[in-house]
Amino acid sequence: MADGILGRLSVDSLAILHVFKDPTVNNMVDSGAAGLVVIGTVLGVLILTVTGLWGRLFREWLFSVDHKKIGIMYIVLALIMLARGIAEGVVMRWNQSAALGGGPLDPDHVGQLFSTHGTIMIFFVAMPMIFGMMNLVVPLQIGARDMAFPVLNQISLGLTAAGAALLMISLVVGEFTTGGWTAYPPFTGAVFSPGVGPDYWIWAILISGLGSTLSGLNFAVTIYKERTPGMTLMRMPLFTWTALVTSILVVFALPPLTACAAMLALDRYLDFHFFTNDLGGNMMIYANLFWMFGHPEVYILILPAYGVFSEISATYSAKRVYGYESLVGATLCIAVVSFMVWVHHFFTMGNSATLNAAFGIATLLISIPTGVKVYDWMATLYRGRIRMSVPIIYLVGFFFLFVIGGLSGVMLANPTIDYQVHNSLFLVAHFHNVIIPGVLFGILAGIHYWFPKYFGFRLSEGLGKLTAYLWIIGFSVTFFPLYGLGLMGMPRRSASYQDPSYEPLMQVAFYGSLIVLLAFLMVAVTIIYSIFNRHRLSVPLGDPWDGRTLEWWTPAPPPPWNFSAPPPVSEIDAFAAAKESGDAYVPVTKYEPIEMPHSTPIGFIVLFCTTLIGFALTWWIWWLALAGVVILATAVIGRSFGAGGEIVISAEEVAAQDARWRDMARYQVGVTRDDETSSSNIGRAAPDIVAAE
Amino acid sequence: MTAQTSMRRAVGLLILTCIAGAFLGIGQAVAQEGILQAPHTFLEPLGPIAEEQRTHFIQVLLWTGVALLPVYLLTPIILLRYRRRGGATYKPKWEFSWGLEICIWGLPIVIVAALSVQLWDYTQRLDPYKALPGDPVCVQAVGLDWKWLFIYPDEGIATVGELAIPVDRPVSMALTTDTVMQSLRISALTGQIYAMPGMRTAMNFKASEEGDTRGENTQYNGPGFPEQRFTVRAIPVDQWNSWIAQVRSEGLPLSDENYARLGIRASQADTAEEMGITNGGPIYFNEVDPILFFRIMNRYHTGAALDLAQQPGSFSYDPASAQLPAEPMKMQGSGAEGCGNTGQHTHG
Repeated sequence: MADGILGRLSVDSLAILHVFKDPTVNNMVDSGAAGLVVIGTVLGVLILTVTGLWGRLFREWLFSVDHKKIGIMYIVLALIMLARGIAEGVVMRWNQSAALGGGPLDPDHVGQLFSTHGTIMIFFVAMPMIFGMMNLVVPLQIGARDMAFPVLNQISLGLTAAGAALLMISLVVGEFTTGGWTAYPPFTGAVFSPGVGPDYWIWAILISGLGSTLSGLNFAVTIYKERTPGMTLMRMPLFTWTALVTSILVVFALPPLTACAAMLALDRYLDFHFFTNDLGGNMMIYANLFWMFGHPEVYILILPAYGVFSEISATYSAKRVYGYESLVGATLCIAVVSFMVWVHHFFTMGNSATLNAAFGIATLLISIPTGVKVYDWMATLYRGRIRMSVPIIYLVGFFFLFVIGGLSGVMLANPTIDYQVHNSLFLVAHFHNVIIPGVLFGILAGIHYWFPKYFGFRLSEGLGKLTAYLWIIGFSVTFFPLYGLGLMGMPRRSASYQDPSYEPLMQVAFYGSLIVLLAFLMVAVTIIYSIFNRHRLSVPLGDPWDGRTLEWWTPAPPPPWNFSAPPPVSEIDAFAAAKESGDAYVPVTKYEPIEMPHSTPIGFIVLFCTTLIGFALTWWIWWLALAGVVILATAVIGRSFGAGGEIVISAEEVAAQDARWRDMARYQVGVTRDDETSSSNIGRAAPDIVAAE
Repeated sequence: MTAQTSMRRAVGLLILTCIAGAFLGIGQAVAQEGILQAPHTFLEPLGPIAEEQRTHFIQVLLWTGVALLPVYLLTPIILLRYRRRGGATYKPKWEFSWGLEICIWGLPIVIVAALSVQLWDYTQRLDPYKALPGDPVCVQAVGLDWKWLFIYPDEGIATVGELAIPVDRPVSMALTTDTVMQSLRISALTGQIYAMPGMRTAMNFKASEEGDTRGENTQYNGPGFPEQRFTVRAIPVDQWNSWIAQVRSEGLPLSDENYARLGIRASQADTAEEMGITNGGPIYFNEVDPILFFRIMNRYHTGAALDLAQQPGSFSYDPASAQLPAEPMKMQGSGAEGCGNTGQHTHG
């Protein structure tokens, strides 16, 4: 069946043609989705060609090793994938709202939808969002010029994007797995899933997982080695703390995932028997390995969001964060315990009661530091001067909604209860309830908060508020009904159901998903509106929110080298202290020349080659996979010979740029927080704390 | 501290106590009046295990709810009182208080300690592997795509699509599959447990009330997954005896050939039709090999690779070429006959 030239590929593999062969509703959705990807790509190419931006796209973005640009590209990638993930969510809600006695979509299509939805949302939305935000913020918060390994950083982005590209290709060519984002064998083995679906999953996970591991190492080294003089570990901003702990988790948690995906690949390609039914294979090992990754993964995603909440609760209440040591300690507790709870994902696998009880209690333990964090943020607001800005709306939404997710998590941690609600929509409601109000709200708050730093203008406050409320309402209407349905017994991943009592709540959830879709579109509207009004919203002096940490101590956008001279740090919130004493913008007397790394195409070559290799392996086109490996190896080895040499920016040029900004900031009258959202806010703050004294 | 502030604190504390009391009262009402209801689930239990699961569920809900109270009560107060331009005390450098710190760590620690004690107790008591007192009915469940086969080895019968059990007599169920992993749940009686090929898992439960309820697979296993449901009938023991007699007389023989036909990827309805049962009801079997369950497990332990045609549930499965081994799987510590749920956990 495998052809020497095209492998398993044939005309039938093109999803876009299915509707012409058999125009059912199912095939219209299938081909329509594939069509959207193709049209989107063609449109993108056309726009770039007409506007003549190809050169700039490559020179200034794709070849850049600047952590700020890489961060923005991560987030753009995540937003594109989020568009698809949400669209799939809405389609699934629509299908289930009409699925009494059989839904409009084929069960197999539904299987692909929930599998791509989960894979995309975890690996290609949440992970790139987190890495994007860490890229943007961490080097600036620690007063560094860039990452420890800027080129490796670019390669990590290339690897992540290659995984995302495979997911997009699977929509157009062939099919995706129906085995869920966890890809449990033996269902995903060659015996029960002979098609290309699980292979797309395997290569997307292996390639992007490599990128994540390298990113984790890069951030850990950057935070250990690149901090500005005076910034001890216990003076680091809390977002950087969470980024450090997340990086450590990534380094330890990704290898089990890589191992189990690679073992599944060996089973499927080379007839191994790690997880097969026969010859001693055992799928329980897969479940253990997967969740040894999977549970820390939850904390990999949420810890940086906690970091964002720590930053914004302090900034928007114009006050120090409450319990810095407590928050750091809680973060470390979570990191350690997160590796000790993985069995709670399969209490129902026939473990002994004692084993289940031990893992159940370990799971309960995690709720202690998590609860502490929530109380700490409340205590941070206490006796502050709170501005109900967009990030605070997300924070309050997080408080009210996330704790319910925590409550259902505590319930699921009890094996006796888990025996009942495991694999039901209760579980689906639970993890959406922690990931959306936790991770996503944190990221959206972070985007609103840090956007002006990198683009030089604020996002519209009014539209931002509307968007935040839509997210809160949309989430609640979509996912609270699922708790009810889960308790009514509805299993997850059902393409249809026979119990008419499920139908009303299903329909409510569908309408909720439309509100979520609207909220997502409003994110785009907010950004576009703000671009058109950027002059009115511009904040070139770089400190629009009366920030407390080092990233605000630069112009907006910051120069490619971030800091013209290493910023002095002698306490937590060094910038707030400098503003209070009045010497934040005093002239610097001595500048040094700055060495900057060259742009390089290597990350883009890695993206191209690994996508090619993943695609070729999926379709058994061996010669193409080999070609990809050869090109990749040549490029990487070749670069190691040609590398070296840096662009040197002279001390005079650095001094000229820096002095211009400092002079402007020094002579500018700061705006009080009352005028924070007016056009008079150009990024020079009159701190509340000074006015109060 | 002025008299005014201590007065304010006392009033605040009083209000908090009242709200907490009201919360617990509502919780008690929920627990007793049965506001949480859903037919065919543990919220409307038919047996003691599910009933205890429900009690535990409500207890955890209430205990954890206590940790949520400060968030719901204090967040609006803080946001209102400490809004910018609200004129309340502003302490921009306040960052720590030992008293507050002890509360912040103490409250979750106390709640988690209480929950942990309960968790340990319930998990041990409701361990699905633990035999219930009394003379159990043995049922062996075999997961197939997309139906369950229930073997009653002591009665020499088997069914697909219907599980009948006598009220007030414990049921000891052993589970395996002859395809991918599945999960069997009968919510109104007990929870769920995974069933895996070549391995045996177990569940012990009991019906204390008569009634029909639903059992289902909750682990996605392909397009027929949502149809993999069955009726559970908890009936008085005399009715159960006549049900057995009925199955025995009406059933098809569960020969190796007929068993092999059950392994084809198809829903219960399609399989019944293929076997000539047109009333849409369950499929009954007699002449059941008492060691069939263990022969099915042994399919994956012969030391030889299975080819695609021999694997039930695969696309290329061919019932004609799929021979079950004649020998049963050798189980440690228990005889090959019977359910053999003697406290052992998942193993092959």
